[in-house]
Amino acid sequence: MARPIRVVIAKPGLDGHDRGAKVIARALRDAGMEVIYTGLRQTPEQIVEVALQEDADVIGLSILSGAHNHICPRLVSLLREKGLGDVLVVVGGIIPDADVPQLEALGISGVFQPGTPMQAISRFIESRVQRGASAAT
Amino acid sequence: MDLADRVLAGDQRAIARAISLVENEPDAAAGLLRHMAGRIGHARVIGVTGAPGVGKSTLVDRLAAEYRRMGRTVGILAIDPTSPISGGAILGDRVRMQRHVFDEGVYVRSMATHGRLGGLSHATSDAVLILDAAGRDVVLIETAGVGQAEVDIARTADASIVVTIPDAGDGVQAMKAGIMEIGDVFVVNKLDRPGAERAAAEIEEMLSLREYGEGTWRPPVLKTRAATGEGVAAVVEAVERFAGQPAETRERRRTRARTRLTDLLRQQFVERLEHSEETRKLLDEAVERMAAGEIDPYAAVAEIMERTS
Ligand SMILES: Nc1nc2c(ncn2[C@@H]2O[C@H](COP(=O)(O)OP(=O)(O)OP(=O)(O)O)[C@@H](O)[C@H]2O)c(=O)[nH]1
Ligand SMILES: [Mg+2]
Repeated sequence: MARPIRVVIAKPGLDGHDRGAKVIARALRDAGMEVIYTGLRQTPEQIVEVALQEDADVIGLSILSGAHNHICPRLVSLLREKGLGDVLVVVGGIIPDADVPQLEALGISGVFQPGTPMQAISRFIESRVQRGASAAT
Repeated sequence: MDLADRVLAGDQRAIARAISLVENEPDAAAGLLRHMAGRIGHARVIGVTGAPGVGKSTLVDRLAAEYRRMGRTVGILAIDPTSPISGGAILGDRVRMQRHVFDEGVYVRSMATHGRLGGLSHATSDAVLILDAAGRDVVLIETAGVGQAEVDIARTADASIVVTIPDAGDGVQAMKAGIMEIGDVFVVNKLDRPGAERAAAEIEEMLSLREYGEGTWRPPVLKTRAATGEGVAAVVEAVERFAGQPAETRERRRTRARTRLTDLLRQQFVERLEHSEETRKLLDEAVERMAAGEIDPYAAVAEIMERTS
């Protein structure tokens, strides 16, 4: 049996609602994934620790506050530090086009603007997660 | 160091990987668990069961804090249902447990109920073995008290806490479906809401219908406000008192061992039959004859047993 893809969904930043994160959580569940929902105001440190404990394949960030330029580099460097460099990071929210190349340079190629069909996000994740890779030591 | 050694050393990442193995790769898991022998049996295993939304995760979070205060390390398995339609799941219990995220002494793993090789109870009981071998003093398992597998997990824990709230539908009536029988400790959570006294009295009344011999445990009914931690220390105290009865714990562990052993035997027996060409043919023939109404299931099994022993 294929291992279901495990995705940690987090809503970093200080703005106070998580509707977007919940919508994506449900969409990924409906695509057959196991979604670990972590709630509001997560720091990169918390998100990485959760991904480690949950043996996640993917981290999905919902960012509205424009904090991506701060959060994403920190998250990526923490992941590397913890030996979790193979965890796929995707970002959804309001990301100015001009910032996309910078995120891509960090290795974050899944950047989804509001209005992206949910299926596009789940297909992207499915195509990028190396199945079984995370079950090996 | 290989994965087994890292688990035994208590490494969180290794624990995480090992639990994925017991969920998804039984052969690899078997090899891994073989290395755990001799290191298992130390953890106190506590089930926390109750209807959706009664505050199980909030309580588990507070129980973990209480055990940490006592200097014990904790592993948490938080189980949520799989969607029967997509096979996916939203695992949201962690939201209530964030305070422990940087505490190396608390490991939290979210698990989904279905789509597991061998089912939920196998994956969970193997995950308990991993946490036990990794040196966790206490393993807390949160399950919604719905399916049989969830009830079984709670039933075979060293101690089982059943959580309810004031005005949970028809109160005690709503909990009848198997879970009232498994509580070693009852908790009425959300005592800040009206009706907590009455809910506790209803459970007491139901418990008073049972017979208690000399020295048998009568489950206490405790009231908590998990949101603030009020009353939680008394829950730990009751759990420790229950699990501190050596005869009880021995019996629970025997039940747990037997359940797991006979499940695995059953599973492997059938797998073995399906594996060999010859016995698979026996099975297929029996299926045909049963489907055609020529033979009843008992006779078919008797025949297969006879020809394979
Ligand atoms: N008023 C009150 N609310 C509480 C108390 N304990 C928990 N809650 C709230 O009850 C809601 C559900 O709590 P959870 O801990 O998620 O409940 P649960 O049983 O784990 O829920 P599921 O895992 O979804 O079945 C949350 O909004 C909590 O804040 C309490 O003592 N008093
Ligand atoms: Mg919960």
